[in-house]
Amino acid sequence: MSVVLECMLLLFLIVCAISATFNKRLLVTVIIYTSYSLGTTLIWALLQSPDLAITEAAVGAGITGILFFLTLKKIHELRGTSDE
Amino acid sequence: MEWLITYRFEVAAVILFGIGFMNLLLRKNLIKKIIGFNIMDSSVFLFLASQGYIEGRIAPIVVDGVQDVSKYINPIPSGLVLTGIVVSVSVSAFFLALVQRIYKKYHTIELDELLKIMKKEED
Amino acid sequence: MSKHRKPREAKEQKSLWARFSSWVEGDEPLYEKSRPLRKDRDTLSSSGERETDLSRYLLVYHILAVFICLSVTAVLLVTVHSLPLFGSPDNPASNEVVERYVESGLQETGAVNIVAGMILDYRAFDTFGESSVLFLAVSSVMILLMRDKNNIDLEEDTLTARELLMERKEKDIILRKVSFIVIPCILLFGIYVVLNGHLSPGGGFSGGAIMGSALILYSVSFGMMEVNRFFSLKTFRAITTCALMVYAASKAYSFFTGANGLHTGIPLGTPGAILSSGLIFVLDICVGMVVTCTMYGFYALFAKGEI
Repeated sequence: MSVVLECMLLLFLIVCAISATFNKRLLVTVIIYTSYSLGTTLIWALLQSPDLAITEAAVGAGITGILFFLTLKKIHELRGTSDE
Repeated sequence: MEWLITYRFEVAAVILFGIGFMNLLLRKNLIKKIIGFNIMDSSVFLFLASQGYIEGRIAPIVVDGVQDVSKYINPIPSGLVLTGIVVSVSVSAFFLALVQRIYKKYHTIELDELLKIMKKEED
Repeated sequence: MSKHRKPREAKEQKSLWARFSSWVEGDEPLYEKSRPLRKDRDTLSSSGERETDLSRYLLVYHILAVFICLSVTAVLLVTVHSLPLFGSPDNPASNEVVERYVESGLQETGAVNIVAGMILDYRAFDTFGESSVLFLAVSSVMILLMRDKNNIDLEEDTLTARELLMERKEKDIILRKVSFIVIPCILLFGIYVVLNGHLSPGGGFSGGAIMGSALILYSVSFGMMEVNRFFSLKTFRAITTCALMVYAASKAYSFFTGANGLHTGIPLGTPGAILSSGLIFVLDICVGMVVTCTMYGFYALFAKGEI
């Protein structure tokens, strides 16, 4: 059973990576990358490394996303959203 | 095809590495390059952590004073990857700061436009 | 041509060390910028020719890039086929080092969480290097983005000033009330994760990141001026350097004991208690403080260009 779950999560990661590659809008790319990080968190938990899971959840999905969004704002890529 | 299931983590790590590498080399946009770099990073971490996993064992936190090697998974890859995750976030923060400075100077982050502007400046 | 060459030769007569030191001071470039060969060719060829040059280069680059990517992936996939079996106990990665860490880690380091004991005791020097990497990263981001006399952008400054005014004027009541309740919980959880680093999953890095995100949420909802009241550049500097110095001082003895990281002399205490495992507790707090400051520093520098 856990094999099926693991395979689904890994497929989710690959699909996320491909769609982040081929998306036109940078905002969507960054959001997809954040969800990719969340998928990685689940995989760490399945690989029995809770240390990694808690760090990835705080750092990969939280802080990296914030930094990317701030950069997008600075380079005026958030046009069309209500922010600008 | 059996080995695809057996080595699922390694295969996924290799495929993610390829995707990230493609992103890094082929995309013109600097932000996408950085995201490709991050994907490469996490694929390496995935590979390392999967090498430390042992079927049917639990995370390396001592439970009830049992200190038998055959009960816990390998703690070394976890420690290495823990170091790597934090370093990768600081590296990507540095990249993003560089991108902001580049945008401030050239008002674009597309690499081919940047190259053209730089060539023109050189003349 | 001779006119051109004279100052160059005069410059070359300066000794290498003098040129290097003036480069360090920022007075002159280490290598000269003018490239005579390139210049001659440029004047000969028209700009259109150079455009095709660039596009031809890009074509070659694309083909080579795809080829390299595919070949690297293929080679790695073939290698995966001959790796040791996934999840098998006789994986060569689990050797006598792991045995030592698992079987006598609790007695030697006093940490219930073997990973924490490993990265903060057996391999504490690695972690010191990593904390220094974080410090280095935030310093270089500071160099790149800090607002000072070399980095002035009037347009952006007016934009941030307007945002600051808006921030003060329109109080987002929902965000403020929710974060008023949530931020103490996040901070408390971060402190819990840091202090329990040797007992449960987590430790300095994750707890520091959680506390940093609490600070970020505070500065998003209440404005950066509020944060500056208790967390300015001065406190940032003091906390980071103090934590790094404490770490360095408490691990420097391993230089004198022949890189033997054990036997600190501090009692390890009963495993499982909060105040146990000797230095790991202190080092966890140090790492947590460095990571908190770094994460908030990244945010502040990216958002406003100052801490």
